[in-house]
Amino acid sequence: MEVSMTVNGREVKSDVEPRMLLVHFLRENLRLTGTHVGCETGYCGACTVHVDGKAVKSCTMLAVQANGSTIMTIEGLASNGQLHPVQEGFWERHGLQCGFCTPGMIMASVALLESNDNPSEDEIRHGIEGNLCRCTGYHNIVRAVEYAGAKMRGEEPPPPDWEGGD
Amino acid sequence: MATTVSALGGAVRRREDPALIQGKGLFTDDYTPHGTAYVAFVRSPFAHATINSIDTSAAEAADGVVAVYTHDDVAHLGDLIAQVVVAKARPLLAGSKVKHVGEAVAMIIAETSQQARDAADLVDVDYEPHTPIIDLRDAAADKQLVHDDLDTNLVVTWEAGPWGDAEGIAATKQVIADAKARDDTVTVSIDAVNQRLIPVPIEPRSVVAAWDAGYSRFRVHSSTQVPHALMGAVKTTFGLDANQVHVTAPEVGGGFGVKLNIYNDEILACFATQQLGRPIKWTETRREATGSSIHGRGWVATATVVGTKDGEILGYELDAIADMGAYEQNFTAAIPFLGLFVGSGQYKFPTHWKATCVFTNTMTTDAYRGAGRPEAAYYLERVIDAYAREIGVDPVDVRKKNFLDKFDEAVVSPIGFALDTGDYSTNLDKLVAVSNYEGLKAERDAARAEGRHVGIGISTYCEVCGFAPTALSELGFSWATYGLPAGFYGTGLVRVNPDASVTVVTGTGPSGQGHETTWAQLVSDRLGIPVERIRVIHGDTEESPMGIGTFGSRSAAVDGTATYDAADRVAAKAKSIAAHLMEASAEDIELDSEGGHVVGSPDSNVSWNDIAAAAYLPHRLGESELEGGLESHVIFDPPNATWPFGAHLAMVEVDAETGDVELLRYITVDDCGNVINPMIVAGQVHGGVTQGIGQAMFEDAIYDSDGNMLTGSLLDYPIPTATDLPMFELNHTTTPTNINSLGVKGIGEAGTIGSAQTIVNAVVDALEPLGVKHVDMPLRPKRVWAAIQEARG
Repeated sequence: MEVSMTVNGREVKSDVEPRMLLVHFLRENLRLTGTHVGCETGYCGACTVHVDGKAVKSCTMLAVQANGSTIMTIEGLASNGQLHPVQEGFWERHGLQCGFCTPGMIMASVALLESNDNPSEDEIRHGIEGNLCRCTGYHNIVRAVEYAGAKMRGEEPPPPDWEGGD
Repeated sequence: MATTVSALGGAVRRREDPALIQGKGLFTDDYTPHGTAYVAFVRSPFAHATINSIDTSAAEAADGVVAVYTHDDVAHLGDLIAQVVVAKARPLLAGSKVKHVGEAVAMIIAETSQQARDAADLVDVDYEPHTPIIDLRDAAADKQLVHDDLDTNLVVTWEAGPWGDAEGIAATKQVIADAKARDDTVTVSIDAVNQRLIPVPIEPRSVVAAWDAGYSRFRVHSSTQVPHALMGAVKTTFGLDANQVHVTAPEVGGGFGVKLNIYNDEILACFATQQLGRPIKWTETRREATGSSIHGRGWVATATVVGTKDGEILGYELDAIADMGAYEQNFTAAIPFLGLFVGSGQYKFPTHWKATCVFTNTMTTDAYRGAGRPEAAYYLERVIDAYAREIGVDPVDVRKKNFLDKFDEAVVSPIGFALDTGDYSTNLDKLVAVSNYEGLKAERDAARAEGRHVGIGISTYCEVCGFAPTALSELGFSWATYGLPAGFYGTGLVRVNPDASVTVVTGTGPSGQGHETTWAQLVSDRLGIPVERIRVIHGDTEESPMGIGTFGSRSAAVDGTATYDAADRVAAKAKSIAAHLMEASAEDIELDSEGGHVVGSPDSNVSWNDIAAAAYLPHRLGESELEGGLESHVIFDPPNATWPFGAHLAMVEVDAETGDVELLRYITVDDCGNVINPMIVAGQVHGGVTQGIGQAMFEDAIYDSDGNMLTGSLLDYPIPTATDLPMFELNHTTTPTNINSLGVKGIGEAGTIGSAQTIVNAVVDALEPLGVKHVDMPLRPKRVWAAIQEARG
């Protein structure tokens, strides 16, 4: 079946099998390999992208269901070489270790901050609850989102809390 | 460009991150060479069955199928090579019998992964099921055999007290028996399960193999922690030299031990690419990850303490049965032995420790974060708490009374190993202080007075890492079985390039530990060259002449030290070159980000560019004795393992009506010696503690009595989510090791080793007023609720 959609600002058209998942379309047809497959059951969130502005687990959606949609993946988040504040937060606050869950975690965090620009710790935790990380214990992901939120509000981010931090 | 000249101890932002936060990191599954064909496996639905026949004709005729292989096609390659095999190795594909659910029976190669999976469903295998043996105690009693060509399920028994001393063991047993017989002592036992776990890195394992027929060479990308071991396994299986197999581990999306193994899929991908002349890719599904990649833990044990009524422990016994699964892989039977190393923990009392390793009809067990040490620490620290409760002495006081005294030269533990340095009381005192332990107890008691069930749990631990002295290669700490007779030393190569950038090659295989940053810090510290100009290459068998990989919290202490020492030698040579160029004495030269300068003479400078250029234009070295080049490759053979330690505290509240456990506070005081990058160390503690909490509260790899895997997806096998955890409160003490020049011990597994029993001790403390003395992990509401009902009668 023919599908067309806008991905990271670019119009794309492709012929896909009806059973092809959106995540496979992104990875295999468009070679956007930043979106990862972690579980294939909609649980881990490594495949999270934005579909028409909403965070969606792209292994739970068929490519044909995304026909006509506007998609943003991790590759489209930075603009003009400038990292998105959430990307910057993950870097500044050690919000990633192996980096495999990170693209999905960042996309979920961006969606969270777009709906709530000053989330509490508890709201951050609930906002990323659908994304699994096995490395960080989420501590520094919470800190990364706090950092990004502050940046997006034009405030000074809180200092890091590791010992000997700057 | 930012320039960061790092002193050790700086929280340098990670060099790894820019690619990973922009979706530009390359993991194995992101590689698809031109012409790639894909693998799917047919796997056994039975835990124990005879294979009467396999009909592959329908699969071979299916769309896109390139080849179908079964046991007979690969039998000439032998079994899967593994480093430590005592009794039974895994066949590459099952022969006449399958021994666990999920065992690979046939391999499909097709044009697309979907076609391969579709065709796998068309393979018709005629199984004749047999009764499997799943229960550990039944397996240990040989009620049914896993392998009918062996006369027992027993693989090996590890016993110590101390290790390697039969007379000593007998004497220790007598000491403990005598103590129990006294009427002024108390004996306390717990029977506890340390349940089987699934490691669950978020990246599934993946391998891409390509045979270059014209050059007789394999190129293999694999999601592995041990690329050199994989290279050795491939070269040995296919009869090649080490220089004919190039293995790289690109970005590896978490390991935790599951990728510290050589797998049949890796060998079979190499076989298929050699047969078919095209690249072969296999990426496991999550269901394969949970059922056909290694598991961890899986012990049942009785732990017993005998001591006086005022808290002096006179003896400790552990009698454990450890589940090996159906076949041995890399370190399977050696994992409980790692627990034995720390069987007596940080204590001075006599210890008799025994772990009986047995086969069952389940997936193989092997290293999962901590690998033997979490199990050892769990039983020791649980039963000490039970003893403290029994005699009514504070668990902090009981521990302090029985710790080894502070030492800065090696002392031999009761279990028989030389510990490097330790200061356990100071460490626990710090936990008491930073947690305001007395205040927390008052808070708990006030909550109890209101009818709430709040509890405090403590655990201390001493673990062992930084493997290993090459003398231990005789005990299996080696890649010798893979045709690489190399002990677990460290390797670091530091090269200043002609343009004064630096390339570092190290033998590690990280999966998120930040070696590209930390190693750059080590080199920058010695040379003064900014970390931004230092590139660190790891996980590559052609770049690094040998490499042991990343596991057992070994990388910084062993390969990091090698790299640091190599940088030191390069610095010495750079100083000699600078001295030659300035006609000064090398002892008077200092290095910084600009280059070399003569101490006390600000005008006498030579740039790094000039130093590097002279090294690669040796005529500029003139009459000096200096040779061209500016690099050093150091092999570091550590004289001992390292022995980190720490103390953890958890505060929980249990809802007695539902059994739900809420984790309120988690406070750590870890001691990993000197810290290179506190940001990365904190991250390791966060992640390690979380995996211990996962074991304590949620995770359980369950086989039913027929051997069916009941927890094959992340819905059935819940790992901690963000809402399950509090912010962690981290602290440390610093007791450097004296066995390496960095003074570092290791931190990757410490959090896991210290945490599971901390949580369980806290929950038992919370439920003490209700009469609960023990609950097995995981502390899911149903189990906690049942324990409360049972205690209430």
